[in-house]
Amino acid sequence: MNINTTKIISLLFFIFSAFYLYTAYQIQVFAFDENAPFNARTFPIYLGYAGLFFSGLKLILPDPDTIKVEHRTLEYKKTALLIIIAIIYGATILKVGYFLTTSLFLFASYYFLGERRWVLMFLLSFPFVAGFMYLLHGVLEIYLRDPFLKSIGVMG
Amino acid sequence: MTEGILIGLTTALSFQNIFMVMIGCFFGTIIGMLPGLGPMTAIALMIPITYGFDPATGLILMAGVYYGAVFGGSTSSILLNAPGVPGTVATSFDGYPMAQQGKAGKALAIAAWSSFAGGTLSAIYLLFMAPSLSKVSLSFRSPDYFALMILGLTAIAAFSSKGQFLKAMMMVVLGLMLASVGQDSLSDITRFTFDNMNLTDGISFVLVVMSTFAMSEALTIILKRNDPTAAAKQVSLTELGSIRINKEERGKMYRTIPRSSVIGFLIGVLPGAGATIASFLAYGMERNLVKDEEKEKFGKGSVNGLSAPETANNAACSGSFVPMLTLGIPGSGTTAVMLGALLGFGIQPGPRLYMTNPEIFWSVIMSMYIGMVILLILNLPLIPYIARILAVPKNYLIPLILFFSITGIYVMSFNNFDIYLMIGIAVVATFLRLYDFPMPPLILAFVLGGLMEENLRRSLLLSNGSWEFLWDRTLTICILVTTILIVLWHIYKTLTKK
Repeated sequence: MNINTTKIISLLFFIFSAFYLYTAYQIQVFAFDENAPFNARTFPIYLGYAGLFFSGLKLILPDPDTIKVEHRTLEYKKTALLIIIAIIYGATILKVGYFLTTSLFLFASYYFLGERRWVLMFLLSFPFVAGFMYLLHGVLEIYLRDPFLKSIGVMG
Repeated sequence: MTEGILIGLTTALSFQNIFMVMIGCFFGTIIGMLPGLGPMTAIALMIPITYGFDPATGLILMAGVYYGAVFGGSTSSILLNAPGVPGTVATSFDGYPMAQQGKAGKALAIAAWSSFAGGTLSAIYLLFMAPSLSKVSLSFRSPDYFALMILGLTAIAAFSSKGQFLKAMMMVVLGLMLASVGQDSLSDITRFTFDNMNLTDGISFVLVVMSTFAMSEALTIILKRNDPTAAAKQVSLTELGSIRINKEERGKMYRTIPRSSVIGFLIGVLPGAGATIASFLAYGMERNLVKDEEKEKFGKGSVNGLSAPETANNAACSGSFVPMLTLGIPGSGTTAVMLGALLGFGIQPGPRLYMTNPEIFWSVIMSMYIGMVILLILNLPLIPYIARILAVPKNYLIPLILFFSITGIYVMSFNNFDIYLMIGIAVVATFLRLYDFPMPPLILAFVLGGLMEENLRRSLLLSNGSWEFLWDRTLTICILVTTILIVLWHIYKTLTKK
């Protein structure tokens, strides 16, 4: 059997399905439901077996269309940076507020992707977010939580 | 039906809804022109905006984005030989050679008129077919629905990724597994939450769509160093040529459009098929039907060869609304996103939709006519200018997609956990995309997961735990036999492939 990344992903999915199936069997159901034709664990158990079946088939059957990815050509650094910025954005958005964190997230993302036109970067972050906030909060009346703007009295 | 049509027309013709169709068509055209970013991403990005509207307006906006994206995809196919969406690949076979001969304006005009005619004709088919099918589907019982969902999931797995059936089926199972997280709908027992309170209500549909489409597509573009906007920078405003279609060309289109719209619509109705298959089939059918002298022009700039796929892909878009509106079962990943959004509004699409919510059912159909007119106005004179707008560098495009994705989740839950979960799913989805694991089956399965469990539960309880319900009714058997044939066909193809 030819081992390639697709097979490894299938193996991981097989293991995941086995874990899912194990967890499905552990679901606590009401005593009167234990022997019912259908209870909260029935469908997940079928899904666990389906996962084992399809990933097992993928592992066993030949893979004529092997996908080869040239890892050297992939841009891991910028992708990882974007993910880290997004995580920081997610961690601070509730405490700091939507306007400041979103504007800084956009500004930092433009910068890390290689943009250096500062005026355009600024326009497409702070004023852009302010405009978008006005559209959501002011026009469409979608509530946006922003402790920072509230503290300086801009937002009610 | 007349009363329903009038209700729909009144709703669709309100200033707000016409404006929404315009916004949807414009935004969809732009996203559709960007290779790599399809209608699903465009619709996913629009979901946060729809929160502020009533369900009918929200669905009209999303429908506008959908056919706008398919329409826009044809422009990049013709001008750049870089199809924006898979449904417009066949358009490039004759559209691009025509553009190379200095007839880009004419090719765009043929595509625009064909799309308009295809979309309009199929909206008429939809008008008559949807209510009839709704009445028929009232006789469907739980086993039929369960079987139909199995068929839909199998079909989308079979058609979504060529030769990757097992990968697609794994994505189906993963989508169903994700849908099973949270409280069981009947007993309220929590499942797969691992004592995390944030998972008690399950994983949000918007979160899964945003992470597997918008966010992971943005990350994939960066990871693969693609630049979806690069092609747009090559568009020259001065070299498009005339957009006039002469009498002979119109004559050819008159014959092509009706038959291509029928095939496009019927393929669109089938679960799992859609614009891509419809356009290829229409192209193939047209090549077989034309005279020998015209046949030789195929691939070199044939009017019929351009008109057929363009008519069919737009007709398929309208067709794909039929199973969603009448059965409550989306036939494609794109309509699955719309179904999920409707469920978020508290609306359950299905056979009773046109009775319980006629304004939604009919206004969507009516708005399609308006949408087609708007697309025609938009595409003919404005396309070269829209193409220039696309020359926005990806350094700006990608952060904006991430921003819209995260905002979508933020305004929904105000919860950090959801943002982390979205990033986590997006990273996994990006990795899976690298190895050709298709995402539409995952979305369809996620949307159908709850309904599927519900129908299986009813079926098993009614048959006292026996699986006999699968062969009790002729309709159930027919649906399941079709499903088995699809599975066997793909296993056979995998085994016999050299």
